[in-house]
Amino acid sequence: MAGPALKDHLRETRLFVGRAAVVGVLIVLLTAGLVVRLGYLQVTLHDHYRTLSSENRVKLVPLPPTRGLIYDRSGVLLADNYPTYSLEITPDQVGDLARTLEDLRHVVTITDDDLQRFHRARRQQQRFNSIPIRLKLSDEEVARFAVVRHRFPGVDIQARLLRRYPEGDKAVHVLGYVGRINQQEQEQIDAAAYAGSTHIGKLGIERNYEAELHGEVGLQQVEVNALGRVIRVLETQAPVPGQNLRLHLDMGLQEAAIEALGEETGAAVAIDPKTGGVLALVSKPGYDPNPFVEGISGGLYRQLRDDPEKPLYNRALRGLYPPGSTIKPFMALAGLEMGAVTAGQNKFCPGFYQLPGQSHRYRDWKKGGHGVVDLNKAIVESCDVYFYDLAHDLGIDRLHKFLSGFSFGRKTGIDLTEELGGLLPSREWKERARRQPWYPGETLIAGIGQGYMLTTPLQLAAAAATLANGGRFVAPRVAAAVEAPDGSVSVPAPQPPPVQMPVRAKANWQDVMQGMLDVVEGQRGTARRIRTDAYRIAGKTGTAQVFTVGQGEEYDEDKIDRKLRDHALFIAFAPVEDPRIAVAVLIEHGGHGGAVAAPIARRIMDVYLMGEQPP
Amino acid sequence: MNLGPLNSDADARQGLLGGWPARLHIDMPLLTGLLVLSALGLMVLYSATGQDWEQVEKQVWRLALGFVVMFGVAQLHPVRLQRWSPFLYGAGILLLLAVMLFGDVGKGAQRWLDLKVLRFQPSEMVKIAVPMMVAWFLAASPLPPSWRRLLAGAILTAVPVLMIAKQPDLGTALLVASAGLAVLFLAGVSYRLILGLGLAAAASLPLVWTLLRDYQKQRILTLFDPESDPLGAGYHTIQAKIAIGSGGIYGKGWLNGTQSQLEFVPEKHTDFIFAVLAEEFGLVGVLCLLTLYILIILRGLYMATQAQSAYGRLLAGAVTLVFFVYAFVNVGMVIGILPVVGVPLPLVSYGGTSLVTLMAGFGILMSIHTHRKLLP
Repeated sequence: MAGPALKDHLRETRLFVGRAAVVGVLIVLLTAGLVVRLGYLQVTLHDHYRTLSSENRVKLVPLPPTRGLIYDRSGVLLADNYPTYSLEITPDQVGDLARTLEDLRHVVTITDDDLQRFHRARRQQQRFNSIPIRLKLSDEEVARFAVVRHRFPGVDIQARLLRRYPEGDKAVHVLGYVGRINQQEQEQIDAAAYAGSTHIGKLGIERNYEAELHGEVGLQQVEVNALGRVIRVLETQAPVPGQNLRLHLDMGLQEAAIEALGEETGAAVAIDPKTGGVLALVSKPGYDPNPFVEGISGGLYRQLRDDPEKPLYNRALRGLYPPGSTIKPFMALAGLEMGAVTAGQNKFCPGFYQLPGQSHRYRDWKKGGHGVVDLNKAIVESCDVYFYDLAHDLGIDRLHKFLSGFSFGRKTGIDLTEELGGLLPSREWKERARRQPWYPGETLIAGIGQGYMLTTPLQLAAAAATLANGGRFVAPRVAAAVEAPDGSVSVPAPQPPPVQMPVRAKANWQDVMQGMLDVVEGQRGTARRIRTDAYRIAGKTGTAQVFTVGQGEEYDEDKIDRKLRDHALFIAFAPVEDPRIAVAVLIEHGGHGGAVAAPIARRIMDVYLMGEQPP
Repeated sequence: MNLGPLNSDADARQGLLGGWPARLHIDMPLLTGLLVLSALGLMVLYSATGQDWEQVEKQVWRLALGFVVMFGVAQLHPVRLQRWSPFLYGAGILLLLAVMLFGDVGKGAQRWLDLKVLRFQPSEMVKIAVPMMVAWFLAASPLPPSWRRLLAGAILTAVPVLMIAKQPDLGTALLVASAGLAVLFLAGVSYRLILGLGLAAAASLPLVWTLLRDYQKQRILTLFDPESDPLGAGYHTIQAKIAIGSGGIYGKGWLNGTQSQLEFVPEKHTDFIFAVLAEEFGLVGVLCLLTLYILIILRGLYMATQAQSAYGRLLAGAVTLVFFVYAFVNVGMVIGILPVVGVPLPLVSYGGTSLVTLMAGFGILMSIHTHRKLLP
């Protein structure tokens, strides 16, 4: 019995040993296969994978530069940066955004405004960009979030420098402000230069000198884990901070101008005629630019936008007003220089003017007229009829050509990009814009600064400065110098070269200046009330019509709505012997220029020339 | 390591082979191999968990439990194991059925018992029960088995495999299938049949493809082109390959693997722990680990050949082969030559479920080897 069983057993054992041997060989072969593959990965492709590995863990993190500071001419800080902690979300790294936001509300205070701002920014930004949900976290909130940070992948605290305008609304129409880079700007800027930067100049100086203020981005090589959290810093290439700007702006004068304008709606611009430096530029009312930096809330923005006084509207640069009688000195100069009139030549003013063969009466502001009027009297008393006749003699073409020299109808070239160029009408313009021929009557209206003609307060100030300069046009400048962050180097801000207008006779310019001087100092001058013994002012009042009074009707200031009342204007420069300041003041619906606008200009000149501080 | 028998004359007189360890039913070479492997595993795990002592400690307890289970199983006489085989198998099938019917609740579908340090799953039990059952069934008649018996053995394997695959747990199904097939192969299935079946299997691949679930198809597709989905299914493979390749010959040093320490390698302390080893210890470390596996497997095969019953031989051989399949499939998937299936690296990956089953398998191996009688 044992025989066959043993035989079977031996046979089975032999069979099994054979199989086990096959399995053993197979196992060794398969393992050898693994080793070959591992050798291929770890030896042959080692360099390739080593590179991938270091790329994997090493990330380049841009270090945004510190934005340059802005000072006024005497070193008053107008824009600086202050450190804040913000809570930021990278949507790309967050699974359930709604849930995350809800959970975050238990950690830090998040208002509906914050949420709204976040969602608006999110629509404008790429998903992998970090978007702030809360700005200016308190120390306590920072600590509270730090404890639960691990529960919020894709949410992090960022230390950021935020722009601040210590002077608030006082210089906003000069400085502008910075705001978050939006989609449109994202497409225009050099993405590499703005890597890591969240803000860009939106308006004013901040926008115009963006290149100087921004600085150069730095780079940091950091080791990160797969979740993108920084483990340690490997190498740092420090950012180059932006350059500082020193402005011509005199903050004391700016404040004085604001003070002088009071509750009025309007604008005042003061320029140093020699340098073109903008000493003060005010548009009332102003607004606080600081909320715009953080991303203004919808409610506050609507409030500003819908304010009937339009605080966002930069009247000094973009407000288009008929120059009214302030155009008259320039008209007079045009007449003299073009040979259409001489200073001593008399014209008779019966209180109205009629074109030959027409019945329409072009009225003078003074009922009954000024009688016999020469150039000086025409300027001093602001006789309309004199300038109707002069404009008629000159014709629109010569008038347009001459006034262009004062940068009427074109941008002054100030270093604020939002400036508008106004309108100096011409035959070509009317053909182009209105598809109508030029009518002679329109020339008369242009002669007294009404009709189509539109100027900005800045243009008026620049024109007054050019007049004060004897025809040398210097483009207005806000920025005086670009300085290194440590103040070591100071380079004058770029300025286009001055343009000298052709001068036929210096006497002509002096005649006009004398007229303007007599506006203030003469017995019948329209601005005689601002006369001072301290220095001599040359000026010209203006009243710009908003509401057209029908033929045969009377303009009665008390009867019409304030919104339809005339704008009050005044241009001036002083001291007449060696002008150091040129001013233009415009008060919307202020009524008569001599009464309302001139005292404000006087106040500005007082402060600048006599060093008087605002009361 | 000595792979040969360690018997002395004194042991031989007592009718036992293997000296004092054998009296405790311990096979010293195998135990040594397992202890060295466990120690290496803990070292890699310490790094892979980001130096988390708590997790390493847990794993130490699991290993301890595994060794206790191994010693316990080793004390059981193979004859008893043989007798229990059909009952264990039957119980396993019933439990799988229970899981299919009642276990369909959320994530607990496969869980059956929660024993603090490990979760016991019926499919784990089946990993042992299937080779026991098939070995029991085939050993009952002379080997090589008849066609009919072969077919029956195949069905005994296929039923639980299909049940597990339906859970769906492809990794475990693969291991159970390999256990059953190992028994069939070792029992002496003719090579002609293997060739024929191999061809038939190749022909039926398209059919199998249609039966796979989408995520399973995705895993296989990404195997061939991991870059097609670098942040999705291919992410595991790509990051693991970067870790391995950047390790080079000597590695980046213990605790210094940037891919692993910075969490680029997913599941780095469980299924992908091999990538951590390869990154930090390089090709040298990898060769050490593979050598250790080979030594353990060859020792197991040797022990199988020394078994005195057909049942013992088949079961011991199958248990050893399953251990190899574990290691091979895991390494193969981490280095990107096999699809990603949930198979841990034996005795190295964090986790206790499969560890205990594996150690029970080694217990069986020791039981079979140390309960031998000196033949007349």
